[in-house]
Amino acid sequence: MSKPNIQLDSNGRLRHFLTTEGLSRQHLTEILDVAESFATVGGKSVKKVPLLRGKTIVNLFFETSTRTRTTFELAATRLSADVQSINIATSATSKGESLLDMLHNLEAMHCDMFVVRHADSGAAHFIAQHVAPHVSVINAGDGRHAHPTQGMLDMFTIRRHKGDFANIKVAIVGDVLHSRVARSEIHALNTLGVGELRIIGPKTLIPPSVNQFGAQVFHDMERGLDGVDVVIMLRLQKERMKGALLPSESEYFTRYGLTEEKLAVAKPDAIVMHPGPINRGVEIASSVADGPQSVILEQVSNGLAVRMAVMSMVLGRQGEKSNGKEG
Amino acid sequence: MKITIHGGRLIDPANNIDDTLDLHIAEGRIVALGVAPEGFVAEQTINASGQIVCPGLIDLQARLREPGQKQKGTIASESRAAASAGVTTLCCPPDTRPVIDTPAVAEQIRHRAEAIGMARVLPVGALTQNLEGQQLASMQALQSAGCIVMGNARHPIANTLVQRRALEYAATLGLTVFLNSEDPWLASDGCIHEGALSTRLGLAGIPECAEVIAVGRDLMLVEQTGVRAHFGQLSTARAVEMIAEARSRGLAVTADVSAHQLFLTEMDVAEFDSSCHVRPPLRSQRDRDGLRAAVADGAVSAICSDHQPHDRDAKLAPFAATEPGISALETLLPLTLRLVEERVLDLSSAIARLTSGPAAILGLEVGQLGIGAIADICIFDPKHHWRVEEQSLLSHGKNTPFLGWELSGRATTTLLAGRIVHQAK
Repeated sequence: MSKPNIQLDSNGRLRHFLTTEGLSRQHLTEILDVAESFATVGGKSVKKVPLLRGKTIVNLFFETSTRTRTTFELAATRLSADVQSINIATSATSKGESLLDMLHNLEAMHCDMFVVRHADSGAAHFIAQHVAPHVSVINAGDGRHAHPTQGMLDMFTIRRHKGDFANIKVAIVGDVLHSRVARSEIHALNTLGVGELRIIGPKTLIPPSVNQFGAQVFHDMERGLDGVDVVIMLRLQKERMKGALLPSESEYFTRYGLTEEKLAVAKPDAIVMHPGPINRGVEIASSVADGPQSVILEQVSNGLAVRMAVMSMVLGRQGEKSNGKEG
Repeated sequence: MKITIHGGRLIDPANNIDDTLDLHIAEGRIVALGVAPEGFVAEQTINASGQIVCPGLIDLQARLREPGQKQKGTIASESRAAASAGVTTLCCPPDTRPVIDTPAVAEQIRHRAEAIGMARVLPVGALTQNLEGQQLASMQALQSAGCIVMGNARHPIANTLVQRRALEYAATLGLTVFLNSEDPWLASDGCIHEGALSTRLGLAGIPECAEVIAVGRDLMLVEQTGVRAHFGQLSTARAVEMIAEARSRGLAVTADVSAHQLFLTEMDVAEFDSSCHVRPPLRSQRDRDGLRAAVADGAVSAICSDHQPHDRDAKLAPFAATEPGISALETLLPLTLRLVEERVLDLSSAIARLTSGPAAILGLEVGQLGIGAIADICIFDPKHHWRVEEQSLLSHGKNTPFLGWELSGRATTTLLAGRIVHQAK
């Protein structure tokens, strides 16, 4: 392919973070290593580091979100950047034209970074293609396409518990079809060299040709979970019943809900993950969500470190460059 | 005006002619091939040596955007683009605003096109009112207003009973029907081919079966109603196989494909390239190969542009929010010639897919160069190499995924009923 990777600058360093796809193992490992160095900042009494002082970050949320937006705001604040969040209710009229106009207006106020969440797949790519050269874009979730910081915080969580990716089996369970998180995890796990990747769910929620992405598909929960080290549960939206994808929440829970009984076939030290917010009794039983194998709340804390890592790598890159010139 | 086209290689697939012959025109019609008739004195001679002289091209589907969307194109801008591309006849689908479901709209388009005089514009009448698939449009009134074909554009009629009634009624009036078969539920909110790429990009897919199932349904209804039916812009190998099978059983159905489907596949969407957002979607490599084979063996007897010019803003949004369609009039001839370069079919057959093939589908007398025929003629230089660039396109729409492609062949002169409507500088 002749087209340059839009996510990288001319030195091959991360300029935008739009998807975990197409980045090297080195890039992903660097994100995890930098996040590791930030993971301790949250515990200190002085929670700030001055890395992004003077930088302006705008969170553009076209879809509502509490957790993701908050961790991005906190991450920016702890890096000493100025941060502003804008919530734009998604309406039929918020089409590309006004989207571009809005971007150019914000750029005119000298923003350095946009953190974008949007209901359309490809929205973050579209914005990255149209921003000024000095502006970076971080994808905080676009449609069903990608949610790369969530994908990386999940990798971070897995690495902390399991070490090397090569020796582990990971199962992703549930609505993969509509899940941007699953897509970001699949690409990241493949790049990081996961031992075995499994996708578990009913045919109505498994996208076509997913086996081309190195995943083995199971429709039976017990067979799919047999001997795995990591279980990633996906959120099931209530709307899925309307689209004739599933008969009912209770039938889904019976077949694909994670209970202690089903979890018993996984490795005894298997960890249970969920990108949140969880639907108790729909995709996961409370006893598992709150149980000893659950690392769901740890994922949230790790989200902060990973977002700090990505923000500092993307924006710090420019700082280093100008420092280099001055020196 | 008496015109002689001198020294060109004349290719007329309908009359099985491929020879270096002069062509003589008087009063808008072809009066002789080879030696001029006695007493014929040309007022103008066009030197066509080194060039190919063929019937004016007939495009079965091109949107002019007028009435209703003049920011995207007008009858004037798009018929001028057509003339520059060697296209002398084009069918305008009924999805204008307002829809071509009343004689007034059909007449407005025809009169405007005649006044501009750059191309024959055949408005396709709507099968159902406002293309809603519920009540039949006034087909006889549309027929009286000059619509020789009825269709429902890319708004397939979901209700099978309404579809049956529409075809029965069209058959009653002896009208040809254009079908764009697609199951609306299977297609639902899809915007690209359902497959590995739709999975990767997280875009809703349109499965192959959305087209195949609808073509199956419509073939049964065509057989039952006896209507003259043409399947437009097919995108799947399976669907063209079904058309070929129906034809082999003696069913008088025809089909076309759009030129871009013969070159691009789903993979060209790459990283959300909205210039490749088109309906039906770009399909798999296997589909592209199947369409090519059907064009080569004649099961698909026409190649159309499916021209859809857009303003810039229409393509400036996240992929699914952009408007589908490719500005394609001006790449129709060179892409078809590229099939010859790529040894998919011979030159005469390639020209047939743009002239005699679509003429037969429409039952028109144009599309051939016999003595007495209307002098709709395209003269092109097959060795003219050009690069597709925004400024090289006359259409209002610059939305083409072929930007940057090096193509060969471009119309140097176009005649409409013996009148020069385009001459390259």
